[in-house]
This record gives sequence, C-alpha cells and structure tokens, in this order.
Amino acid sequence: MGNKQTIFTDEQLDAYQDCTFFTRKEILRLHGRYHELAPHLVPMDYTKDPDCKLPLALIVNMPELKENPFRNRIVESFSEDGMGNLSFNEFVDMFSVLSEMAPRELKAIYAFKIYDFNVDNYLCKEDLEKTLNKLTKEELTPEEVELVCQKAIEEADLDGDNKLSFADFENMITRAPDFLSTFHIRI
Amino acid sequence: MSEGEMARLMEEVEEKKKLIATIRNKPWRMKRRLTHLKEAQQFVDKFEGALGKGKGRKWYAYKVMMTKKWIKFQRDFENFRTACIPWERKIKEVESHFGSSVASYFIFLRWMYGMNLVLFGFTFGLVVIPEVLMGLPYGSIPRKTVPRAEQATAQDYSVLMDFNGYCKYSVLFYGFYNNQRTIGLLKFRLPLSYLMVGIGTFGYSLMVVIRTMAKNADVGGGDGDEGEFTFAWKMFTSWDYLIGNSETADNKYASITTSFKESIVDEQENQKDENIHLRRFLRLLANVLITCSLGGSGYLIYFVVKRSQEFASRDDLSWYEKNELEIIMSLLGLVCPPLFETIAELEDYHPRIALKWQLGRIFALFLGNLYTFLFALFDEVNTKLEEEESIKNASIWAMKEYYANYTRLLNDTESTPPPMDPSDVIRGPCWETAVGVEFVKLTVSDIQVSYLTILIGDFARAVIVRFLNYCWCWDLEAGFPSYGEFDISGNVLGLVFNQGMIWMGAFYAPGLVGINVLRLLSSMYYQCWAVMATNVPHERVFKASKSNNFYMGLLLLILFLSLLPVVYTIMTLPPSFDCGPFSGKPKMFDVIMETIELDLPAFLGTLFSYAANPGLIIPAVLLMVLAIYYLNSVSEAYQNSNMELKKKMQMARDEEKNRRNNTDSTNQVMKDLEDLLPNRSLAPPAPPEPGQFTPQQLCSYVKCL
Repeated sequence: MGNKQTIFTDEQLDAYQDCTFFTRKEILRLHGRYHELAPHLVPMDYTKDPDCKLPLALIVNMPELKENPFRNRIVESFSEDGMGNLSFNEFVDMFSVLSEMAPRELKAIYAFKIYDFNVDNYLCKEDLEKTLNKLTKEELTPEEVELVCQKAIEEADLDGDNKLSFADFENMITRAPDFLSTFHIRI
Repeated sequence: MSEGEMARLMEEVEEKKKLIATIRNKPWRMKRRLTHLKEAQQFVDKFEGALGKGKGRKWYAYKVMMTKKWIKFQRDFENFRTACIPWERKIKEVESHFGSSVASYFIFLRWMYGMNLVLFGFTFGLVVIPEVLMGLPYGSIPRKTVPRAEQATAQDYSVLMDFNGYCKYSVLFYGFYNNQRTIGLLKFRLPLSYLMVGIGTFGYSLMVVIRTMAKNADVGGGDGDEGEFTFAWKMFTSWDYLIGNSETADNKYASITTSFKESIVDEQENQKDENIHLRRFLRLLANVLITCSLGGSGYLIYFVVKRSQEFASRDDLSWYEKNELEIIMSLLGLVCPPLFETIAELEDYHPRIALKWQLGRIFALFLGNLYTFLFALFDEVNTKLEEEESIKNASIWAMKEYYANYTRLLNDTESTPPPMDPSDVIRGPCWETAVGVEFVKLTVSDIQVSYLTILIGDFARAVIVRFLNYCWCWDLEAGFPSYGEFDISGNVLGLVFNQGMIWMGAFYAPGLVGINVLRLLSSMYYQCWAVMATNVPHERVFKASKSNNFYMGLLLLILFLSLLPVVYTIMTLPPSFDCGPFSGKPKMFDVIMETIELDLPAFLGTLFSYAANPGLIIPAVLLMVLAIYYLNSVSEAYQNSNMELKKKMQMARDEEKNRRNNTDSTNQVMKDLEDLLPNRSLAPPAPPEPGQFTPQQLCSYVKCL
C-alpha cells in the first residue's frame, strides 16, 4: 500500500501478518497502544528489533484488561519469563490468540495455561478454587466452593487422577457453545 | 539433480509452504514463530529457484511467480477490506458495557447494512442511473408525467408523504421506466437489465446468507448434552472477556454468583414435587390464549384490509383512514410480543426454553401479518387488472378523437398532428407502481413506529425514572419500572422481517433499497446511542445457544417466502400496458426471449430452445431428485455412525468412572456378561498336576500308609 511508516520494515510487517491473525493496519495500531503504555520506554523505531519489555503492572491497566478477574494470569501466560513482562512480540501474540479469528484449538491451549495458577500443567483443585473465588469475588461459602470444584472435576476428569489434564480440559471446552464468544478480546 | 532427488526436494518445499501457511495456528512463542518463518521462507526461496532452472521447468517457475503475486494480492485485499469495516469502535464500546450478546445484534445490523449496500449498488448502477442519464427526461412521455388532473396538488407535502404526486412519477417506482429495448449511445438494454437485477437481488442474497450460515456452523460446537458439563462450563466460559466497564463487571460478578448458587441448589434438591396437573393445565391455558390472540390479530388485519378496499372508492379520507392498514400492522407488531411474554408467565418454563417459545410465537405473528397483507395486495392487483381493460379502450378512443379534432380544425388532412400533451393522455391504473407504493408506505411507517418506540419506551422511561426518583415514594430505579433492558430477540426479528419486505418490494420500487440503506445507517447510530444512554445490562444472560444460526435460518426462510410472490407475478401476471419497462409485452419474462432472438447469435437461440424442451427438463428434474435422495441417505448413515461412536466413547468413560468408584457397572450389557461368567464354586475340583500333591491328598496318602 506504500504507507510511509518508519516503525517497521516491510519484511517485518509481512512476517507479523504471517505469524498472527492481524492485518498490517492492526499491527501498527497495536504498536501505537504498546507505545502509549510507556512512551519513554518504548522506541518508535522497531526496525532493529530493540529489546524492550513492559512490566505486568502497566499492561493490566489497559482498559481491555482492567476489569478482567484473570488479567494477571493472562499476561503471565504470554510472557516468556512467567512474571508478566511482555515484549512487543508477546504483546501482539496475546491479542492475536484472544482475537476473533483464532481457532478453537489454539484458544483452548491458552485458556488451559491461564487457569493453571500453579503452573504445573494440571488443573488441580486449588487452581479451580482460585478460579471460582476470582469469578464470584469470594461470595460463596467454603462448602459451596468445595462442592462446585468437586462437581467440575467429576464432570471433566477422564483418566481418574482427580485433576484435569490438558486432554480432559480440551475435551470439555471444545463442546462449550459459549467458549469462542466469551474468550475474545477486541483490540 | 536426479529425478528422485528433485521429487523429494519438491515435497520438502511443499511442506515448508504448508508450515508458512499455518504457522499462526501453532501454540509457539512469537520469537520461535518468527525464526521458523524466516528459515522456511529462505529454504523455499533457495530451492524453488533451483527447481525452476533447467529445461521443462519454465512452467514451474512461472506457476511459482503467479502464486506469489496472487498471495500478495490476497493479502492487500484483506488489508483493504478490514480497513473498510465501519463502526468497530462503536461496537467495542457496546461490547464492553453490555457483553457479547447485546453486541451480537449490532454486528448483525452491520452485516445487513453491508448486504443492502451491495444490493443498492446493483440497483442504482444498473437500473436507476442508466434511466436517468440515457433515458427520456421527466415530462416527455405520458408515464413520466403527472396527469393534468393531479398537477395542482402534486407538490403538496401531504401528497408527497403519501408517495403520490411527483414522488409517484419518479425513478423511485416501477412506472417511470421506459420500455425502449435499447437506450442511448451504448445501446443499454434497460428492460433486460431491470429483470436481471430483480432476479440477481435474490440470487446474491441467497449466496451471502448461505455462506454466512456455513461459516457460523462450526462455531456452535455445542453437541454435548445440556447437563453434561454444567459446572465446568460455568466455571470456564461464563466470564465475558469483552467486558471493560466496571459497572458491567460488577453486574457480571453478581449474575455469575447467582447462577452458581442456583446450580448448587438444583444439584442438592431432589426432583421438585410440584403439582404436575396444575402445571399442565396452566400451560394448556396459556397456549389457548396465545392461539386466540394470534387468530384475533389475523382477523383484525383481514377486517382492516376489507375496510381499506371500501375506502379506495371514496375520496374524502382523513389521514388516519388513509394509513389505517399500516398503523394497525405496526401496532400489532408492537403490542403482541409483550402480551405473549405476560401470558407465558403462566407456563413456568426454564428461561432458555421460554425464550425459544417466545421467538416462535413472535415469528408466527409476523408471518401471519405479512401474508394477510400480501393477499390483500393481490386482491387489489386483480381489480386493477380488470380496470385496465376498459381504460385501454378508452385511451385509444380518446387518441383517435384528438386526431380527428385536429385535422377538422385545420381543414388539412395531410399534415401530421403533434402528439397529445403527455399530461392529457388517459392513464392506466399501473398496478405495479401501486404495489410499490404500498411497500414503501409500510416500510416508512415501520421505521417511524420503531424510532418512536425507542424514544418513548426507552428514553422517556429513563428520563422519568431518573428525575422523578427524587420525589417518589418507592425507589423507581430498583423496583418498577426501572431502566429497560435491550430486547435482543425482538429487535433481531424486526430486522429480519423488515428485510423480507424490502426483498418483496424491491422489484416494484427500485428506490426502496436506497431507503433501506438510509434506514439501517441511521438505525445504527440511533440505537447505539439509545442503548448506551438508556439501557442497563441484562440481569440474567440466557442466549438461545446456536442462536446465531437460528437468526440466519430465519432470514433464509423469509428470503424464500418473499421470493415466491415476486416470481409468481413475473411468471403469470401481465404487465401494465402503459407503464414500466415491460409494457406492451404479454408476460414480463418475454424480455429474455426477445433478447435471445435478437441479440444473441443464432446457434445460441437453438441451443436454448433445445434446453427448454420438456424431454430434457424432466430427466434433469428426476436426476436432481435422485441426487437429493442419495445425499440424504448418505448423511443419515454418517449421523448414525456418529451416534454409535459417541455412545462408545460415553460407555468407555462411564466404565472408567465406575471402576474407579468401585460401584457396580451401570451398563446393562456388562452386567449381563458378568452374570454369564461361570460360577467357580459349582465346578468340580481340578485334577492335580502330575508330580504335585495337594495338602489334603498328601494327608490322605499318609493316612493310607
């Protein structure tokens, strides 16, 4: 299209378009959003691949994530160091997976990572309890929490180890009629 | 390079290309994706070049270059297309305040707007513009001029609002178009184009609706049982990630907590012992009441239509009497749905099921209204056709008289008289324009009623609740009436039926599509404002799941139902003799015959006449019926094997669970098999192995010794 932007080289933009579900315009817009989170830290010129990471605290204040009870876990799952520091690549990756065009299987993988609070590749009872408390803002009594987590594990657990492996989780979530429409952030 | 090496290399190149195409679906870190992408692209570039050299490979190199160009073109087109999508910010705002279900209505509205814009482009570009630019101007021929009797009032606002006067004799309606076979320097065939655009409208709409349905089909995925994963789904899919507003988030937390508590209660309670007989009686009563109101509304429309036929013969009508039919229809569409909802309180269904019943009833109401309206129109058309006969004779007679008078006055039989002034010619009733006028009036009154409803029902209500709250005895905001919730299903159904009317009327009033485009555009802004300013998020969210395809299915049904009347009129009714692009022909589709005879080369004409031979058409129809039957049975077989596989998986899962919990197998087959196992206690003792004695046998032997 020949727009005179100097943030990325054309090869970089083409590579981003191949690796994400975004178009050229959206990638440039994402860079704008990334930049405005910390204008002094984020360079305007990305042609030399600068090594710049933004901390968790800045990213979870974005209006799209601010009200989400799982915002910390979302950012942590997409960060390489697991602490929530996102480079621009990871930032784009996060919104690409959460966008409308990402397929169900890809979303299921990341949903599993997000709800796995202790990062052991299993959704055990403590993970479920934490999820439930975040969802209900701790309004349920401990007995109710116990009951719900027990029922959820019973419903989805296929191999009988009292925790949900990825196979169990995927089998359950791919049939959910609302999964694709709720696990979606528009940027 | 040998042939084998070359083939292997080509395979590798194909693999790398596939990797590039699917790399965005892989759950890798971005850095890894970028490095792999670069590697794959370098590999492909290096070896595709090598493969392209040598003799016989020029075609391969050419193919590669064309594919690259095609991919680049596709990417640029995608970029352009997404840049053109309007209202992204607006929809995002609505989503963050109200969640995905309310926003789905606005996404549907935007999709309709896109479809209508394309239809408008066709109609405008291929029918209206050629007539305006290359056809005869206003006032030159009788069909394009206001008759002398009406000229005095033709500019009055009230007459224009009724779409009479100058409006009626303009490009908006069918009657304006001339029946000249070719017009202008370019020899543009307007009647043919009019017919093709009319049919093409339906063809394009059908294609677009089916394509969207196919795309939505695999989003559903909900083929698990309702109760299979209740708690797991509630836990992992109830939070709407689109929410970005703190009030909405608080609302959502509250509704999720309530929903969990309800499920817990359902789980712990046994089957509620309520009075089944009372419930059944109440449901029967509710259905009887609703059938009565549907019947009542049908009769009311019939009665009003008969009255409007009486009115047609009188002249001194008040504004109400002139528009009675449209007002009554719009009021029925407004009053009946809340009535159905109140009656449905008797039935006490689960909210999701109640929503489905409600949608079904509103659909039946709208359908009944639409078809009663259509039958009324057909009656009118038939009366007009009869009128035409007598007027045709009268106008020819008047023309002869005019010539006779002229020659008599000038005492000169040689010179040709100038043609009669167009506004004096006696006109036929032109039933197509009348039908077009009815549809336009109905659409306009529908627009007015819906806008007024939002203004009064939502805005005035919100203003009253907000400002009267300071001086009222009870809390207006928390109790009755409080702020309104956005009625998703009512609005979507209204949109679907409105589109049905446009499809029906677009053939008789080409301007109708333009009016609809304006309506959808203003609707978007108006309803976005109304929702943000006057509505509150829903307390409980119950989507009729798979509802996206439900509304598309409804749209498809309406498309077929509106196709029927138009095709019927094209095929059977004779066009008016003095207005419209088909005037003078015995049937409207004769334009196609004419074109085939005159414009296309001779052999195509014979080809078409062979193709139209019944001896060819009947076998073709039989073949299609057989193909449908075959595909049907194949799909049934697939469904059956699907069910079998599911059952097997379910059985395996149940067995695992039961074995784990050490309970008896619930599977009857397994139970029966276990019963069939031999009962060991009944078997005779086994003979001892040679060289081996059991303790008892040893003892007995020792005793013997």
